[in-house]
Amino acid sequence: MSIAVQFQQVSRHYDSVRAVDDISLDIAEGEFFSMLGPSGSGKTTSLRLIAGFEQPSSGSLRIFGQEAAGLPPNLRAVNTVFQDYALFPHMNVLDNVAYGLMLKGVTKSERHRRAEEMLEMVKLGQYGSRRPSALSGGQRQRVALARALILQPRVLLLDEPLGALDLKLREQMQTELKTLQRQLGITFVFVTHDQGEAMSMSDRVAVFNKGRIEQVAAPQVLYNQPATAFVADFVGAANVFDGELASTLVGHAQSFAVRPERIRPAGQLADDDVVRVPGKLLDIQYLGAVSRYEVEVSGHKVVSMVLPNENGNATAPAEIGAALTLAWPSHAMLPLAG
Amino acid sequence: MHSDQDRAPLWLRLLAYGGIGFLFLPIAVIIIYAFNAESAGYSFPPKGFTLSWFGAAFARNDVLQAIGLSLQLAALATVLAVLLGTLAAAAMYRRDFFGKNAITMMLILPIALPGIITGIALLSAFRLADIPSGFWTIAIGHATFCVVVIYNNVIARFRRMSYSLVEASQDLGADMFQTFRYVVLPQIATALLAGGMLAFALSFDEIIVTTFTAGNEVTLPIWMLNQLTRPRDVPITNVVAMTVMLITALPILGAYYLTRGTEDIAGSGK
Repeated sequence: MSIAVQFQQVSRHYDSVRAVDDISLDIAEGEFFSMLGPSGSGKTTSLRLIAGFEQPSSGSLRIFGQEAAGLPPNLRAVNTVFQDYALFPHMNVLDNVAYGLMLKGVTKSERHRRAEEMLEMVKLGQYGSRRPSALSGGQRQRVALARALILQPRVLLLDEPLGALDLKLREQMQTELKTLQRQLGITFVFVTHDQGEAMSMSDRVAVFNKGRIEQVAAPQVLYNQPATAFVADFVGAANVFDGELASTLVGHAQSFAVRPERIRPAGQLADDDVVRVPGKLLDIQYLGAVSRYEVEVSGHKVVSMVLPNENGNATAPAEIGAALTLAWPSHAMLPLAG
Repeated sequence: MHSDQDRAPLWLRLLAYGGIGFLFLPIAVIIIYAFNAESAGYSFPPKGFTLSWFGAAFARNDVLQAIGLSLQLAALATVLAVLLGTLAAAAMYRRDFFGKNAITMMLILPIALPGIITGIALLSAFRLADIPSGFWTIAIGHATFCVVVIYNNVIARFRRMSYSLVEASQDLGADMFQTFRYVVLPQIATALLAGGMLAFALSFDEIIVTTFTAGNEVTLPIWMLNQLTRPRDVPITNVVAMTVMLITALPILGAYYLTRGTEDIAGSGK
């Protein structure tokens, strides 16, 4: 499988701000690749570098082997779905979708026929004559998708496309996007700050923080082998124990993280190879299928433990304010680099 | 529900109507006496209704020439202003550079400056550059204050337009000109039309800057000023004044309706 997009030590600086700071990254052809991170982490700037709206301050960016630095957006074989959809308000839906073909000089009847097909594909067949302003958020999203896909790009860039949708619609669109990507077999580069979204859809995820990439891996690897405390904390919930606390609790200074669902009350785990930590139960949060228990250990650190609720009934292992000893298998400790 | 208590007190209403009367009565007088059968001026009540002054006014060559010149000037100044104002707005929008505020100030200044200063400044500049006064100097003079009308309208529209529209167009394969033609221009079209109509009206009845830059040319406002010394032509002056009012009021009304509810019409106060 060839490389679709390649970052080689790419930086993008605005005066003294390093929006993207020396990142290297390979995105494979046909991959559903997510760029995940909090706002200001450089993920959107990286996407805009691929699209051509930004130019790298240094480093080399290749798209299918071709150096892209200096190439304007209209000469790149990538298309973008914008966060605000960016549909042209003075054109109807059909002309919006056909816009790219019009620029290529495709005849009106031909481009309208193909735009109709694209609209069918995103299940908006009968909406061609409407103005974008007459559509709902989810429908606009589909039009933006159809408009970007009609040019048959080899890479589709999606800039937080689901951010403005409500929860139900967002979950539905996640499934549809993933299905669409599998059908078309083209590379999707998906920018999001929602780790659940990135985890559920992606083949691989790059976790961004402060302009740098913390880790690039498949969702399962990110979850089970986070490289840094930031990744452990940002992807799923994690109890992060830094070096100092680690040496007090387990006797060595290597930082580590433990997922809340790996922790149990000490009585529920067999003796061999288990770490035990005494603490005090602070709070219980009932969440339906599970309950979360906040436990204070070592005098100041609050640790989350998540226990399944049998038949939806929470059975607290202790009363609030009472002592509670926690335990986790030592192989559940995820060693962290930073 | 409206009760009597919601209404303004009587004295306030009288004052408001008085203000409106003060503003519009002189205009009404001009219109009424344009149809007056008597030729000697403003005797009250009017002696009878006639349309003959219209015939007399439009049979006079100096009137027609003045109207023609003013229309040409207004059209040229508007075209110059549309080109320069749009370019200026496109350059200033979304960019930050050294001296940007100063340039914005310089663009807006001509409409705030007293016309007499603009006029003297232009006259000295033209003298220095050895440019003879005439049609083109008037047009340039008018363009100085028309540019700002276009600039303000267009930049306001730019600010409301999401820049991702431009990026989307590029992303789908458009070069700069195609993006301007298919995306930007349709977005700013009504702003250009509204600004253009205002600029046209501003230029059409401008007299102060014109006086300094006109040389021997007689635009319509200058013709009317000259008429003040000829009491026998009063009804003809009234007819021409009414025509000027119509020509300037219609574009302003048009601009108002085109941009109603969307933005302020910058510069409409001049």
